[in-house]
Amino acid sequence: MTDFRFVPSPEPVEPFTLLAVDGTLAVEQPPLSDAEVVEALRYMMLTRVFDEKATSLQRQGRFGTFSSVRGQEASVVGAASALDPGKDWIVPQYRELPALVRHGLPIENFALYFMGHPKGGVIPEDVNVLPIQISLAAQLPQAVGLAWGLSKQGGDGVVITFFGDGASSEGDFHESLNLAGLIKAPVIFFLQNNGWAISTPRSAQSAARTLAERAPGYGIEGVIVDGNDLMAVHQVTAEAVAKARAGGGPTLVESLTWRTGAHNTADDPTRYVNPADAEPWVERDPVLRVERYLRGKDAWDDSAAKELQEECAIEVDRALRVARETPAATAAALFEHVYVDPPERLIAQQQTWTRNQKRA
Amino acid sequence: MTTKTMVESIRECLRQEMEVDDSVLVIGEDVGALGGVFRATDGLLAQFGSDRVVDMPLAEGVIVGSGIGLALSGMRPVIEIQFLGFGHQAFHQIGQQAARIHFRSQGRFRVPLVIRAPFGGGVRTPELHSDAFEAFYTHTPGLKVVAPSTAYDAKGLLAEAIASDDPVLYLEPLKGYRLTRDEVPDERYRVPFGKARVAREGTDVTLIAWSAAAVTAERAAEALEESGLSVEVVDLRSLVPLDVDTISASVAKTGRAAVLHEAPLTGGFGAEVVATIQQECFYSLQAPIHRITSPDTPYPLAGVEDMYIPDVDRVVAELSELMAVAP
Repeated sequence: MTDFRFVPSPEPVEPFTLLAVDGTLAVEQPPLSDAEVVEALRYMMLTRVFDEKATSLQRQGRFGTFSSVRGQEASVVGAASALDPGKDWIVPQYRELPALVRHGLPIENFALYFMGHPKGGVIPEDVNVLPIQISLAAQLPQAVGLAWGLSKQGGDGVVITFFGDGASSEGDFHESLNLAGLIKAPVIFFLQNNGWAISTPRSAQSAARTLAERAPGYGIEGVIVDGNDLMAVHQVTAEAVAKARAGGGPTLVESLTWRTGAHNTADDPTRYVNPADAEPWVERDPVLRVERYLRGKDAWDDSAAKELQEECAIEVDRALRVARETPAATAAALFEHVYVDPPERLIAQQQTWTRNQKRA
Repeated sequence: MTTKTMVESIRECLRQEMEVDDSVLVIGEDVGALGGVFRATDGLLAQFGSDRVVDMPLAEGVIVGSGIGLALSGMRPVIEIQFLGFGHQAFHQIGQQAARIHFRSQGRFRVPLVIRAPFGGGVRTPELHSDAFEAFYTHTPGLKVVAPSTAYDAKGLLAEAIASDDPVLYLEPLKGYRLTRDEVPDERYRVPFGKARVAREGTDVTLIAWSAAAVTAERAAEALEESGLSVEVVDLRSLVPLDVDTISASVAKTGRAAVLHEAPLTGGFGAEVVATIQQECFYSLQAPIHRITSPDTPYPLAGVEDMYIPDVDRVVAELSELMAVAP
């Protein structure tokens, strides 16, 4: 051999789509029944209502800085709908409220977290969800280890971990996919490519044409899916889950979507988003698309939509009321659960803090 | 009872704990066929198989991060970070993740994770293998930090660390692995955290140290005894939790104190010990408390490391100076 050749770059792949923008389905047999679609729509609507109400409260100073799911509802709910909450685990980032709710996390806990209340960290014993992650991509190694541990102990639960295009630039992304490929961990890396990492566009994160095409470099499979297509996201994730459950190892799912709103309530996207880039995504709205599909089958109408909207508003109002009425935390909250077995000097500090608080 | 080096007692502890608890597993770089670069895991692969003794890719972040996940799934991983100097690549997983998940989840999750890491100098390693970075980790709420100096303590403290439901950083002195042989029971036992060891009783001055420096402290005390100075050596064993009572009792008795460590002066754990002594024992003190440490410089190349790490001569000189202060 006197010649060398560069490793061939994979051909670009179009995102997998099932449900067109106008609500027509590309296949005869839908991957979700009408009842399942309505159920998914309920979670999508629930988070949209939550985002609206929480944003409004944030503007009034009654809620903390948080990140809305708006525009990504099909991506999050489509992925979650492929999971069995009884044995599968979600290792979240912070923009996946409807997935966490479907898995059993009370909305009020999520609200309390963003209201700054320590009880917001509580995850009920039977809910298979890890705490929200703020340090981007740091959850990925943990998801791999959790998946590894479940399979080592003979279970067939799988783990899905959510993160974004920005987080895919972190070292933890590389280390995690590399290890997961080696040990065939039953984990789904669900990358929501929403176009933005705060103000940094996807094009500034990586020269790779797609983020999914990195998967073969780790000896694992990658797939690109239209993230605003509930049906397609569900099918892709369901197949990745089935593969992982059967011992086939990890999958990198790149869900192409668009962050319709700001990064969070402290962000101002008008400083960096070109309106012409955002405009096409209005028509691609994931909730509208699902509604069009159901309407096309005479399974949905204005009154059903109104009823769902009201039902979601009642549920969100209830959760926000519970959160507001939760008694304020005391200084003890600073100390509780730092250690299972706390050092003596920490116990002494707790006594001092508690005493000082009583004086205050 | 047999005499063992520290690395032998660590290996014996790992083997015995793995024998009694199937959820204990060892992961790290070169821990399998090689048995670890210091042979601390020698023989474990043959006995327990590759499901429980796992050679990992060279990626400290995911070694610790996946260890957290394993712990969350119900296992008790013992991680080997080949040298503490490489631990920076896992720093976020240790400090922000492992140490906080119990707190962040309000008690729902526990992370019974042990991170073993050789640290400290004196054995002519290449660059970046020898730093004593314990203070980065003692400043991390939620984490426990243990640093044995003897083979006996190494076995008992490691057993305690594996049994702990809190994450533990278990620091092993490179220089101490084969420095001495101690009487070490063959059966399992535990040494509790937060109980310092009075390594040598004395009446004139208290010298506080941990890990390999505790051995230097004992040798300096022996040397000073010949010149008529009685030095009490306190080996902390664990830095978090800190045994304030043993330190205070000793300084109240002697009235003078020095702390000895390999790490640089500024912000070293010695500062924490000194601050604790002045608060607890202010009225017993007859002289300023000394810190006998390395300078505030990076760990040097091996050819000059003997000038860097405090040795017996420096300890003798500093303590003599400390004793010269009139009460």
